[in-house]
Amino acid sequence: MSIQNTTADQQGQPEVLLDLKNISLSFGGVKAITDISFDIYEGEVRAIIGPNGAGKSSMLNVINGFYHPQEGEIWFDGKQRTGMKPYEIAYQGIARTFQNIALFKGMSVLDNLMTGRFTHMNKNLFWQALWKGPAEQEEIINREFVEHIIDFLEIQAIRKTPVGRLPYGLQKRVELGRALAAQPKLLLLDEPMAGMNVEEKEDMCRFILDVNDTFGTTIALIEHDMGVVMDISDRVVVLDYGRKIGDGDPTAVRNDQTVIDAYLGVSH
Amino acid sequence: MAASEITQTYPGPGLDTFPKLLLHNARMFPNKDAMREKEFGIWQSWTWEQVADEIERFSLGLQVRGIQKGDKVLIIGANRPRMYWTMVAAQVLGAIPVPTYKDSVAEEMQYVIEHSEARFVIAEDQEQVDKVLEVKDRCPMVELVIYDDPRGMKNYDTSVAVDFEVVQQQGADLQAKQSDLFKQLCSQGKGEDVSIILYTSGTTGKPKGVVLTYDNVLITAYQAALVDGLTENDEILCYLPIAWVGDHIFVAQSYCMGFCVNCPESEETVAADMREIGPTYYFAPPRVFEGLLTNVQIRMEDAAPIKRKMYSYFMGVAKRVGIDLLEGKSIGLIDRLMYAIGNFVIYGPLKDALGLGRVRLAWTAGEAIGGEIFDFYRSLGINIKQLYGQTESSVFITAQPDGEVYPETVGRPSPGVELHIADDGEVLYRSPGAFHSYYKNPQSTADTKTAEGWVHTGDAGFINGQGHLRIIDRAKDVGKFNDGKMFAPKHIENKLKFFPHIQEAVTFGDGKDHCMAFINIDLGAVGNWAERNNVAYASYQELAANPNVYEMVKNSVEQVNQSLLGDEMLSHSQISRFLILHKELDADDGELTRTKKVRRALINDRYGALIEALYNGAEQCFIETEIAFEDGRVSTISGDIKIVDVKTFSTAAKAS
Repeated sequence: MSIQNTTADQQGQPEVLLDLKNISLSFGGVKAITDISFDIYEGEVRAIIGPNGAGKSSMLNVINGFYHPQEGEIWFDGKQRTGMKPYEIAYQGIARTFQNIALFKGMSVLDNLMTGRFTHMNKNLFWQALWKGPAEQEEIINREFVEHIIDFLEIQAIRKTPVGRLPYGLQKRVELGRALAAQPKLLLLDEPMAGMNVEEKEDMCRFILDVNDTFGTTIALIEHDMGVVMDISDRVVVLDYGRKIGDGDPTAVRNDQTVIDAYLGVSH
Repeated sequence: MAASEITQTYPGPGLDTFPKLLLHNARMFPNKDAMREKEFGIWQSWTWEQVADEIERFSLGLQVRGIQKGDKVLIIGANRPRMYWTMVAAQVLGAIPVPTYKDSVAEEMQYVIEHSEARFVIAEDQEQVDKVLEVKDRCPMVELVIYDDPRGMKNYDTSVAVDFEVVQQQGADLQAKQSDLFKQLCSQGKGEDVSIILYTSGTTGKPKGVVLTYDNVLITAYQAALVDGLTENDEILCYLPIAWVGDHIFVAQSYCMGFCVNCPESEETVAADMREIGPTYYFAPPRVFEGLLTNVQIRMEDAAPIKRKMYSYFMGVAKRVGIDLLEGKSIGLIDRLMYAIGNFVIYGPLKDALGLGRVRLAWTAGEAIGGEIFDFYRSLGINIKQLYGQTESSVFITAQPDGEVYPETVGRPSPGVELHIADDGEVLYRSPGAFHSYYKNPQSTADTKTAEGWVHTGDAGFINGQGHLRIIDRAKDVGKFNDGKMFAPKHIENKLKFFPHIQEAVTFGDGKDHCMAFINIDLGAVGNWAERNNVAYASYQELAANPNVYEMVKNSVEQVNQSLLGDEMLSHSQISRFLILHKELDADDGELTRTKKVRRALINDRYGALIEALYNGAEQCFIETEIAFEDGRVSTISGDIKIVDVKTFSTAAKAS
């Protein structure tokens, strides 16, 4: 069984998977995001960075449909998005992890990962109640897929452990697993390494790169650890006070004076 | 001691190599599981026929890749079916597998590659491949790395590293053209050919490559399997390193008898996998059994009162009658009934939770096992026995027969093994399993193996009245008292260390009249005792000097003396005086090795004043020592140390 779904087009012009055009988002009088445009290529690792309150998480929430921007266009996979609910967007192939872990604490790792297969289960209540036959078949296929993810993330030993009993670093890994279970075209990671020690960060970096490499999944991530960002991302977009102040490959961004100023905090 | 006769050398006429046994098993048990591995949450299995097919395709693939007779194939990885198949696949072509420890660092790996001149490396995953590639510049002889798990390997140069399945596919192509080739290749080897090279971990100096022939491995494995009545229906879980001789012997027994080898899902899941498989044949070093027991005890203390009471009552019953029952002695009807009830409510569920529910035979070896631990498992009805062996002997030198199991001995000579005790107490053996040579090291070979085939074990021991071998100590550590009697420090120290409140002990006696001891208390256990008894203390030093602690240790030492009395050879080694050291012996201070072995020379030197005080009858002694903290700072501890006399027992008193 192959879990490969998309591969990066290495030759020529890369294909744009997600295109954000002139996005503005405000809550009442507070402008969270002002006129931001950027795109994400198919198969790349795209980092979104910026100081606290720059609008990074809002941006992610816009991408996965939790917030609806007042202005601007969102193009995903060649189609323009118009007023969709987050679950509809999940069906389109966008999965995410959260800054504060949002797993079902009382459920086992396996069950948590199975919830990630939600978008791939379509037998209705009748079949589920009958169980034997199609519903069981579907469960077996989904379980097999989830087992590949367990193998991939090396969490066999905690398969049956309730998530609430696991240490923080492992919970983060499980959350990544749940997002992967959805077999997303675009994976959004909100601070995947926050609060981790060096070893856990190294592991997580390896998993992110392996996900990108093995499954060809496009990844957009928010991260504060600049070392990590510079090492693993292909392109970086920098936000500050709801505006885009930089965009490009890691080296260019690192040497950009505006970016340096924003991070060191010169007077505005 | 003369060797017992071997009536049947091989499982069948001419079945003297692994490849021949493989074909034989594929014919005899085509649909029986030969190997299982838990992957993706379920047990994947391969029958003997399927294993033969996997090995055939891989082996032919290796031939396509240019492997020659006599080439070495380095194998590095965890217990995975493909790692085991690779060994036989190499042997089919007359190449020699060299399994190595998967946690070895790149430099250690480089040494083994260079020394064995390995042309091919079979690695489990990216981690291992990276290690090989790291040292590849310095090891030009390596031509190709073949990996099992393709994860993360997409961007590697395929002329350097190829997928196992790619090689298998090449083999399949050759198979299609020459369908008889594999059978032909399998029939080529002979019993006296080299079958494997195992590198010993080497506590001193560089690792040595122990060359074993098919006869060494297979005759030894088969004889042991016959003695213990193993059949094709047994099950074993292989979770110890593939480079370790024990693991290799168990796999060899699987080839001899046709039973199934199970591989765990990952290192962390061994306990759970064991419960699921329920092996009938099991090996674990003493510390594993010890760990399991401690775990049970801790969890029982947290259990509900009624469970705790049931546990302690029925464990009492088990202690009284369990061992006799296991050894088939006659037991009263009531005891039998109580044991049956106990088995239903306690022993059965407990054994099941430990994954030992179906175990018919469990081996332990490697170091001394505490009598209490040993008895615990035996009283539950688990037939755990000790054996004595080493890489050089293809494991089995002696083993305990059923019904003659004692914590302190390692049993009778295995079939075909002759034992000889040298004048200095060292154990020598001559056996069909005795190794061929150390690879490219004639000097060491000559030092260890005499022209007549006797092999020096480096262990001191003796044969007791029942004809059982008892290992006392490493031969080089054994000394003599002034009156010429044997002094075996580690033996006495181990006895002391079985007490939970004694962490470490160092005994003296070589070239002296009596035996004396330094004791280190176990801060965890004694601290716990202090807490329960409202004894306040601020430091290790203060707790160690507490008179009640001294009293407690004195009791233990007297018990050790009492038990030494029972031993004719060692009754002279009773401890007459001891002291509790003011600091813990520590590897940071160089007093222990990193693997927690006592450095005797250094301790003799550093604590000379204390040793003198032990022997000159002083009641206390002042000492000042430097200690190093983990961050490298150095400080000193000083203080007076009390020395205590202990009651010793005389053999005359025992007789009266």
